[in-house]
Amino acid sequence: MSAKTLMRGTHVLGEAAIRSGCRAYFGYPITPQNELPEYMASSFAKMDDAVFVQAESELASINMVIGASATGARVMTSSSSPGISLKQEGISYLAAMELPAVIVNMMRGGPGLGNIAPAQGDYFQATKGGGHGDYRLIVLAPAYGQEIADMTRQAFDLADKYRTPVMILGDGMMGQMMEPVVFPDPLDVSKFPVKDWALTGAKGRPSRIIRSLWLDPPKEEELNWRLVRKYEAISQEITDQEIYLCDDAEIVVVAYGTAARIAKGAVHRVRSQGIKAGLFRPKTLWPFPGEVLASMSKNLEHIVVFEMSTGQMVEDVRLYVEGRCPVSFYGRPGGVVSTPEEIAGVLSGVGSGLIKKSA
Amino acid sequence: MSLKIIFSGFGGQGVLMMGYVLAFAGMNEDKHVTFLPSYGAEVRGGTANCTVVVSDEEIASPIASSPEFVVAMNYPSMIKYQNMVKPGGTMFLNSDLISEDPARDDINVVKAPVNTLAHEMKADRSLNMVMLGVVAVKTDMVSEDALMSAIEKVLQGKKKSLIEMNQNALKAGMKFAADNN
Amino acid sequence: MKKVFSRPKSLKDVPFHYCPGCGHSVIHRLVCEVIDELGIQDKTIGVPPAGCAVLAYNYFDVDMCEAPHGRAAAVATGIKRMLPDRVVFTYQGDGDIAAIGTAETIHAANRGERVTCIFVNNAVYGMTGGQMAPTTIPGQVTTTSPGGRIPLRDGNPLDLSAMLALAAGSVFIERTTVINPKGVNRTKKAIKKAFQTQIEDKGFSLVEVLSPCPTNWKMSPAESVNWVEETMSKIFPIQVIKDVA
Repeated sequence: MSAKTLMRGTHVLGEAAIRSGCRAYFGYPITPQNELPEYMASSFAKMDDAVFVQAESELASINMVIGASATGARVMTSSSSPGISLKQEGISYLAAMELPAVIVNMMRGGPGLGNIAPAQGDYFQATKGGGHGDYRLIVLAPAYGQEIADMTRQAFDLADKYRTPVMILGDGMMGQMMEPVVFPDPLDVSKFPVKDWALTGAKGRPSRIIRSLWLDPPKEEELNWRLVRKYEAISQEITDQEIYLCDDAEIVVVAYGTAARIAKGAVHRVRSQGIKAGLFRPKTLWPFPGEVLASMSKNLEHIVVFEMSTGQMVEDVRLYVEGRCPVSFYGRPGGVVSTPEEIAGVLSGVGSGLIKKSA
Repeated sequence: MSLKIIFSGFGGQGVLMMGYVLAFAGMNEDKHVTFLPSYGAEVRGGTANCTVVVSDEEIASPIASSPEFVVAMNYPSMIKYQNMVKPGGTMFLNSDLISEDPARDDINVVKAPVNTLAHEMKADRSLNMVMLGVVAVKTDMVSEDALMSAIEKVLQGKKKSLIEMNQNALKAGMKFAADNN
Repeated sequence: MKKVFSRPKSLKDVPFHYCPGCGHSVIHRLVCEVIDELGIQDKTIGVPPAGCAVLAYNYFDVDMCEAPHGRAAAVATGIKRMLPDRVVFTYQGDGDIAAIGTAETIHAANRGERVTCIFVNNAVYGMTGGQMAPTTIPGQVTTTSPGGRIPLRDGNPLDLSAMLALAAGSVFIERTTVINPKGVNRTKKAIKKAFQTQIEDKGFSLVEVLSPCPTNWKMSPAESVNWVEETMSKIFPIQVIKDVA
């Protein structure tokens, strides 16, 4: 383990990626995540087995990821909302070709060019497919500097284990904020298991093909069901959440990432006013920890979903809660970051029916 | 204890380093800390600011909408942040560049001529550490020892003379604050 | 009896699906002959396009990685950067490389990526049924330029190879045909030189092959050969476009 150090989220992600054996990074500049490619460029420049390319576009960078991943390397790209939209084509191919890769989205205000402030408007895009076709991304949502380091390691491991692209979904705040962090020891890349599907040149073995085209519909159907079986296994094996002060809670806030930190501050405040509040924070957004939430919801008087969007994750919450308790939504889209006081006010208003759908 | 402070000024005044050293010192005292710099288009205009939270508990938001403390290293920063300071809080002003008082009667004001103090030590660029020394005495967020070793850690790899200069600037700020109580 | 003609080792023993008179099968074969002659079958990685040659991996007996439409040069960049001692080539049509993939191709060339592009130009989108391509020539009838391509309305044919020659990172670019034995021989020589350029680590290389598409041109194979010779090659002259290898 490293000594405790104070680093910004984007740098934590870069350092954790390198320690996880990431040896290829392809990207294109966009705020608020430029410090990540900059970190990769300067770190890789000192290594003789790592590749950094600043591509001409997001399209090119995600396709360089496809090529590098096809050779068996641990590879990463990163961007922020508009750039992630451009990468969707390649992400769909990665899923279909069953290629591991880590994709980082430090979300900003949108739609369109939006702004560079922290936002959570890309939940649907990340968790419901984003690109074309029947596929899912594993989506991890860190809320703390240390969690960025831990989830980055997890992202590379999961990508390789399931041969699937994994997204780390943060926001401008997670990327820019500095917090203390301790890194795990670096992995020895030379000890990684050999990938028996990787393209390395057909030396002493039959040639290999990595493809997503299956012109014969039954073959394409077979791929789709194989992916579904994989996604089902992922759902059973990796779903994760933080449950905070929920044992005696009557009101539970559901929030992820930066919004969850603010919500946690709000929970503290209203507890001191005698309101029994708790926090449910999904750490995996896909697979969504819905079963756990559903069983909790039986004993709750109210669930408040707080997102830095106009309401996306709330749909998943309602899907699992199935009316066992009322589910309200409070959102601040556009890059507005609520204060814990504001959310505490929302929670205090639940009993009197004062909750607003939006600001 | 959970205290929030905004450092503000223009580029070149070492505003981000002030916050970083404070956060680093807090971390080494095993406190929870966050450091949030301004970023993107916001920093293109030549202004700089950052927010530091030092807390005994987990930190909810790294943003300070009503911070206990604000450091303004130049006049525009005072204007920008004077209304945000929590009632009963403190505003630290670089009195070499700010001659007016904040338009508030419910906050404390600490004035320090940090350009002059740094210049007298032949350490013009260490005005930020002078101010941090003043802040350290008046806020008690972290200990002097933690700050001294944070400066050493943050400037690791730099010349020894530079580290000492910054540490001396910190001490000069602390002395000024103690003498002008 | 001495065997004078046989299937290249790196060409799989399966029948081609290409139309009669199409240039793809000849060009596939030439690439495979070069791979065999250079002895690089076990270190070559190919990237097929979206287009008629999308199934190229059914024929090339080397490792192959599919690319989204137009992105072959970027996928090839990713492969080559990770495995610099392998030989990486893309095989792309005109729509793939010169319309949707223009940016990826120009920037790969500009970076001097040590990859080789085989650019099959038949002046039409083949697989999708004969729509106008970036290389469709003025007056040429396609399903989306029914009265013939009108430059003021539809734009002019794009000479991508000439554009790529402007990029400092490109070192060898040649345009050839496969409409006669002389053209076939010259194409093979060009492909070999392009691969060698890559193996010698010199930079980006590309061979553009003018290739008949009788089906979408609505011509007989013989008429197609004449059209390449008399019309298409006037717009896209057969020549070495850049050689600083």
